[in-house]
Amino acid sequence: MKLLDRNGFRTDDFSRAGADGAARLDAVIVPFADLPSTAARAGKRLGVDIPNTVTVEQLAPHFEKLALIGIAFPASTDGRGFSLGRRLRRAGFKGLLRASGPLIPDQFPYALACGFDEIELPDASAARQPESQWLQALGAITLPYQRGYARPSSIFEQRRQARKEAAHG
Amino acid sequence: MYRYDEFDERFVRERVAQFRDQVNRRLSGALTEEEFRPLRLQNGLYLQLHAYMLRIAIPYGVLSSQQLCQLAVIADKYDRGYGHFTTRTNLQFNWPKLKDAPDILDLLADVQMHCIQTSGNDIRNVTADQFAGVAGDEIEDPRPVAELIRQWSSLHPEFSFLPRKFKIAVIASQADRAVMKSHDVGIRIVRNKAGESGYEIFAGGGLGRTPMVGKRVREFLPKGQLLAYLEALLRVYNLEGRRDNKFKARIKILVHEIGIDAFRDRVEAEFARADAFSDDENAELARISAQFEVRNYEKLSARSETFEAARKSDPAFAEWVAHSLFAHKVDGYAAVTISLKPVGGVPGDMTSDQMRFFADLTDRFSLGELRVTHAQNLVLPNVKQDDLHALWRELGKAGLATPNVGLVTDIISCPGLDYCALATARSIPIAQAISNRFADKARQDEIGPLQIKISGCINACGHHHVGHIGILGLEKRGQESYQITLGGDPTENMAIGELLGPGLAAGDVPAAIERIVGVYLDKRADGETFIETVKRLGVSEFKAAFLAGAQNEAA
Amino acid sequence: MATPLKRTPLPAILIANDLRIGDVVFWSQSGWTRDPAAALVAHDQPAADALDAAATAGMARQEVVDAYLIDVDVREGVPVPRHFRERFKTLGPSVHPELGKQAQFAAYARAAAE
Ligand code: SF4
Repeated sequence: MKLLDRNGFRTDDFSRAGADGAARLDAVIVPFADLPSTAARAGKRLGVDIPNTVTVEQLAPHFEKLALIGIAFPASTDGRGFSLGRRLRRAGFKGLLRASGPLIPDQFPYALACGFDEIELPDASAARQPESQWLQALGAITLPYQRGYARPSSIFEQRRQARKEAAHG
Repeated sequence: MYRYDEFDERFVRERVAQFRDQVNRRLSGALTEEEFRPLRLQNGLYLQLHAYMLRIAIPYGVLSSQQLCQLAVIADKYDRGYGHFTTRTNLQFNWPKLKDAPDILDLLADVQMHCIQTSGNDIRNVTADQFAGVAGDEIEDPRPVAELIRQWSSLHPEFSFLPRKFKIAVIASQADRAVMKSHDVGIRIVRNKAGESGYEIFAGGGLGRTPMVGKRVREFLPKGQLLAYLEALLRVYNLEGRRDNKFKARIKILVHEIGIDAFRDRVEAEFARADAFSDDENAELARISAQFEVRNYEKLSARSETFEAARKSDPAFAEWVAHSLFAHKVDGYAAVTISLKPVGGVPGDMTSDQMRFFADLTDRFSLGELRVTHAQNLVLPNVKQDDLHALWRELGKAGLATPNVGLVTDIISCPGLDYCALATARSIPIAQAISNRFADKARQDEIGPLQIKISGCINACGHHHVGHIGILGLEKRGQESYQITLGGDPTENMAIGELLGPGLAAGDVPAAIERIVGVYLDKRADGETFIETVKRLGVSEFKAAFLAGAQNEAA
Repeated sequence: MATPLKRTPLPAILIANDLRIGDVVFWSQSGWTRDPAAALVAHDQPAADALDAAATAGMARQEVVDAYLIDVDVREGVPVPRHFRERFKTLGPSVHPELGKQAQFAAYARAAAE
């Protein structure tokens, strides 16, 4: 597995519970089933792996203790995670949002716009698709249309600004 | 038509560069075919039987003469000199090469065109009434709303990997000329009791393996809230639509399985949490409307003496006029439907020569604008009645004056197994055989309005379910076999046709159509059209004749 | 995507589309060919396995896509697909006889039409 954020490949601070000595580490990801029984511990960060069928209602009670939610993308064509990520952000989740699965570079800007911070890639995808392709994909469309997504700006927003200025000018 | 601003322009250019990069990554092996496939489909590039196929978006069916000329250039330079208009009002080229596709996109971008989301599991090219903006019966022009949706849905970060394709149509009159209720979402611009205009929203329509008529989810959505509502609806679908079975992944199955009321509740709950951009959406809609050019129609009298005289003195012209005109909202003008269904021809095909010729006529007679219809015909929306006779004479020179709009030879046909990799049987040769069988114009007139629609597989691109007579090509024991349905209706009274009996061999189809038509001619009441007779008598009345004939042939 | 490993009745040939061009191609004695008459015919399982291997390799090298075996009848020494879908794929659109392989490879088209 390789971890990627908007700056490129990076090391993963988190490890999965169950791996040797994981419980002693600072940042641990547990399976969704273990979440209710896992308590937040002082000075440690807790993350959870979830399938893309989990609902916001199931997760919201745990937002406080969660530093990371990792949503599984079972295939690059399964876009449920984009909507789930967006729902989690709109429900107020402030921690790290991770997309886990074989996404492709062209989906990287979409993931960020829907509120994700990072992508955890299978090694085979990372081997074929070097860092440069991921970073380049972020700049492919400098100004997308939709407003309200986690992006610096949008065409609808720029036009709105222009109207505002015209009205005041 | 809508003219791009600098943002639209840059967006489309960047999209071309992005696709060029995607193609390069595919050719280098960075992208596997499995990864590349959704990317090329999102840009309208299919791999068909004999070659790639590029589907070019004609948003809500509107084209300029300049754009049509550019399509002719592409047809000659990168294809085999012809294109095919589809039931989604797009244009398909059947022979492009993958390595050339980015260059073709560049040529399209030069005339403000693209292939964005003409395929793939995303929000597809939006369609609208072909008479939008000129129809006397519309509440307002639906094209700006369609354009707003086009922009909003383009490269949508959340809805580009849906369970399945998602089609939206917009109309603005009670009459439905865009098969609105067969769409995943259908939007009708309406007025409420207070006289304000807003949107009536339908969801869960669709053809394909499980045909469904769209059901109403919202009686009245105020202006300004459309994108927030669509976002809510698409989010519910994206999360809850089935992904375990391709044939159950359309929104119609979700709506059917949980019921329209539960679906409505979920959408409303999501909508209640939506950001309110409403003033802004109205301002954006106003900006878009202003980007459509203002037509300076001449002040003409409602009755054109030139036209009336020509109609009297030239019977061939009168015959063409009888089927081709649609009432324009402005006095002295007409919207004209041009048949792309010459007798025995390939429905919806147009050669590059015809494109150039027609583009010139569009400039001379229709203020430079034309439309594509879901019935695979063209429309010149702005013709002066005074000019109709001259237009008709010109059309005749290029074989574009077939007087059969709406008649038995005006057949919708998908490409079928002559091109399509998904097909189970051919459809074009069936259309040609029926067209030749009914070539006699007097007979066509005697039969009157009759819509035959043919699909080459269960995906139903040829709309066979809503054909007055529908034909579906299947494979049976290693042979092409055709199922016939009766009583479908694509209008505001949308109905799904009923199966008449077992499948027929290709050669037996025209005779079967004859028998069905025969029952109608026998039993029709005075002035009754084919579909009216079918609805009055019921399908069973036709079944007996259909089956009896089929048995005679088998014997 | 068709999987190249499904068991196809014999005799069989290997059909695919050229990745860059899209044109239908066949595996022959000397690599990929556009001529259906030149397709290498596998009459036994080892030969069919070799075609499968050529399919996998051709896709891995980004030469072709959608490579799979189809069963054929050998008529006048020419392999003609048994299924009508594949027969159309080797010929071109039936409504445009001037386009596709039927126009380019007349001898093959004659054999396939029998
Ligand atoms: S209905 Fe089937 S055969 Fe016809 S174009 Fe659609 S997918 Fe192809």
